[in-house]
Amino acid sequence: MENIIVAAALTKSFGPTQALDGLDLTVRAGEVHGFLGPNGAGKSTTIRILLGLLQADAGHVEMLGGDPWRDATTLHRRLAYVPGDVTLWPNLSGGEVIDLLGRLRGGLDPKRKADLLERFDLDPRKKGRTYSKGNRQKVALVAALSSDVELLLLDEPTSGLDPLMEEVFTTCIEEERQRGRTVLLSSHILAEVERLCDRVTIIRNGASVETGTLAELRHLTRTSISAELASPPNGLAQLGGVHDLRVDGTRVRFEVDSNQLGPVLRQLTTLGVRSLTSQPPTLEELFLRHYQDELTGSQPQGASR
Amino acid sequence: MNALVGTGGLIRLILRRDRFILPAWIVLLAVIPVSYVSGIEELYPTAAGRAQYAATSGTNPTFLALYGPLHSTSVGGLVAQRAGFLPLIVGLIALLTVIRHTRGEEEAGRRELLGSTVVGRHAGLAAALIVTMTATLVLGLLSGLVLTSGGLPASGAFTLTLSWTFAGWVFAAVAGVAAQLTEGAGAARGIALGVLGLAFVLRVAGDVGGTGNELSWLSWLSPIGWAHGIQAFGGERWWVLVLSAALAAVLIAVATAVSARRDVGAGILAARLGPADAAPGLRSPFALAWRLHRGLLMSWTAGFVALGLIFGGVADGVGDMVEDNPQLQEIFARMGGRGGLIDLYLAGIMGILGLIASAYAIQAALRLRSEEANLRAEPLLATAVGRLRWAGSHLVFSVLGPVVALLAAGATAGLVHGLNAGDVGEQLPRALGAALVQLPAVWVLTGIAVALFGLLPRVAAASWGAFALFLFLGQVGAVLGLDQWMLDVSPFTHIPKVPGGAVTAEPLLWLLAVTLVLMLAGLVGFRRRDAAVG
Ligand SMILES: Nc1ncnc2c1ncn2[C@@H]1O[C@H](COP(=O)(O)OP(=O)(O)OP(=O)(O)O)[C@@H](O)[C@H]1O
Ligand SMILES: [Mg+2]
Repeated sequence: MENIIVAAALTKSFGPTQALDGLDLTVRAGEVHGFLGPNGAGKSTTIRILLGLLQADAGHVEMLGGDPWRDATTLHRRLAYVPGDVTLWPNLSGGEVIDLLGRLRGGLDPKRKADLLERFDLDPRKKGRTYSKGNRQKVALVAALSSDVELLLLDEPTSGLDPLMEEVFTTCIEEERQRGRTVLLSSHILAEVERLCDRVTIIRNGASVETGTLAELRHLTRTSISAELASPPNGLAQLGGVHDLRVDGTRVRFEVDSNQLGPVLRQLTTLGVRSLTSQPPTLEELFLRHYQDELTGSQPQGASR
Repeated sequence: MNALVGTGGLIRLILRRDRFILPAWIVLLAVIPVSYVSGIEELYPTAAGRAQYAATSGTNPTFLALYGPLHSTSVGGLVAQRAGFLPLIVGLIALLTVIRHTRGEEEAGRRELLGSTVVGRHAGLAAALIVTMTATLVLGLLSGLVLTSGGLPASGAFTLTLSWTFAGWVFAAVAGVAAQLTEGAGAARGIALGVLGLAFVLRVAGDVGGTGNELSWLSWLSPIGWAHGIQAFGGERWWVLVLSAALAAVLIAVATAVSARRDVGAGILAARLGPADAAPGLRSPFALAWRLHRGLLMSWTAGFVALGLIFGGVADGVGDMVEDNPQLQEIFARMGGRGGLIDLYLAGIMGILGLIASAYAIQAALRLRSEEANLRAEPLLATAVGRLRWAGSHLVFSVLGPVVALLAAGATAGLVHGLNAGDVGEQLPRALGAALVQLPAVWVLTGIAVALFGLLPRVAAASWGAFALFLFLGQVGAVLGLDQWMLDVSPFTHIPKVPGGAVTAEPLLWLLAVTLVLMLAGLVGFRRRDAAVG
């Protein structure tokens, strides 16, 4: 499958701040790619480099078969961008901004614009300074979605949208995927990512820490198990992939890496199971693990804790 | 909740944010007048010399228009007249400071952030006014002290400097009201600047015909006129300060009343709805730039037309002065007689207009920076618009805007003066030429702003420093007797004195070359650098 975005070992610093530190990102044609990471991880910086607004200090970056810095204007005809912070011109109406941005990109579909305005419930006649944050976001979204482009670069496009509008956004992106467009979606909202994204890249401190399909990432998550056994849980602690084991007589509670689930269950059955509850793995857990390492400052963790 | 709760905290915030700029302008403005004392004592040490100055320079319409009337032939009197542009400057700074810390904050959304903490509804306005008014008071007291220690009588010195303080108070209050009216800081600034401009124009119109002319009463309609009406060093009229204080108090009361009635972020002049679709023409960066610049361009042009009318209207009166004064006729005969004197006047006036036009050039060029810093450039640069095309769309206004403004001023001045003198055919092209010859110097300021924007975007506002320096060199340099090489730093020094003087192309070509190099450096720098946020 053709790659739309290939970034390898990107570095970028702003004075003393190392914003990107060896970032890798690959986005394939036709996929919706989730781009996740805690605040300040470098998501917006990466997207700005892809837009040729910033120049990477080192590393290789290619988008739509061109160099984002050198071929900026030609590449920009084929993509649309929704910034994380949308600021509008105070004296232009939302409708004017949508039309202007669309035309500067090389044209927009008026039918699709009208349709999106209605679905997002946006009044295009208001002046820029009178829009609320969510409505400013909608102006940028409608401008991007009504353009006929191959690639959408969306930087936290739903920040500020209410749940109803988030739903509308999700439907719109699903439609975009069906049309074969490629989407890079930076987000903090896991439900959105789980629903929309084919593949995900998680970054931290300017470097990628996980990348893969959701199914692949699920392997990195853990299932929580609590069980009542027929005999004391001997040998359980020695099995690979078991964490946080708590034993209370014949009752056990622990977490197990999803790819180690089989051997652990076999061991449990040999011990004799009276009752068992398991909690399925959630991506949230995985993300939280990566987000929290940020706070504690420790290294990313694979299987060990 | 008490409406003033949190004012103290906001004052500290403003002081912290303005910790460099506030002391800088106070000290600079306090020091300029005392530099005049030594300059004037050196140039006109005797009473006879000063009387001569009073009869010539001190009462010619150019000086009357720019600096206001001369109330005394003492050293203090001459200093007071020369410092006559300070009420305008102090008013300008006061107004900009208040808008920035009230409506500017609100527009940026920071006021909301604070409003959710324990901050009363009038606290923002109160804090901005208190800081600004205290700053102008400090300026007045400091400058009065400095002038007194420079050898001027204390009563005159303090009347003079406090007249600036009170001008500052009035325009701080004007800005306080303007900040309540509109939703955008730009529009509020426009309203307040309009009031300041009107006050200045009224004073010029009242003063330019000399003391006791039939239009003198116009000055009394202007808070800037009051600052002159106080007659420092010439039989002080302290009571004039009461006028300013009363007006400031009324305006503050109005601002408070309006602020009590409106919502945070909202204005009284509600924004109207716009069109749902863009006009077919709105399809290029230039079309957008036109939308963003046209209001500013039109107000500047209107201001230049007004200045052209005033300055052109009195040009013929300059000649009358010679005829009224037989002793001076001989001196003026050497300067080219009646016609030569008018030419000198026009050249001087156009030099001033050129400098003012360069303020517009900077303002228009710095729009690049504010668009970039406020993240409004980003969505455009993410479309098929290249960086140079985007920058060019704004620079058109920085380069051609001054042409329009100077053309307007030159044409009106030439027309009015031509009608008065009875030969439009000759005067119009002369005045136009005198106005347009300023352009190469004006464009140097565009060049400086573009170069800073491209190479050092975070300090692009330092272009105003260059403007202040050239203003200083042009207005104060000669009085201080600065060396020629220092005066040569200002591009305006190199503009030929026309009409009347000889025009050589060489200095103009040099100025154009400097502009070109600066602009190229800036644009190349911009193309190579990161789009810088904040
Ligand atoms: N123009 C800049 N100047 C200085 N530092 C910057 C600049 N832009 C970003 N940074 C720094 O680079 C790092 C990465 O920022 P970036 O905006 O890319 O993060 P992010 O992942 O988008 O965060 P968020 O989720 O909060 O949007 C941060 O530490 C930020 O402070
Ligand atoms: Mg971001």
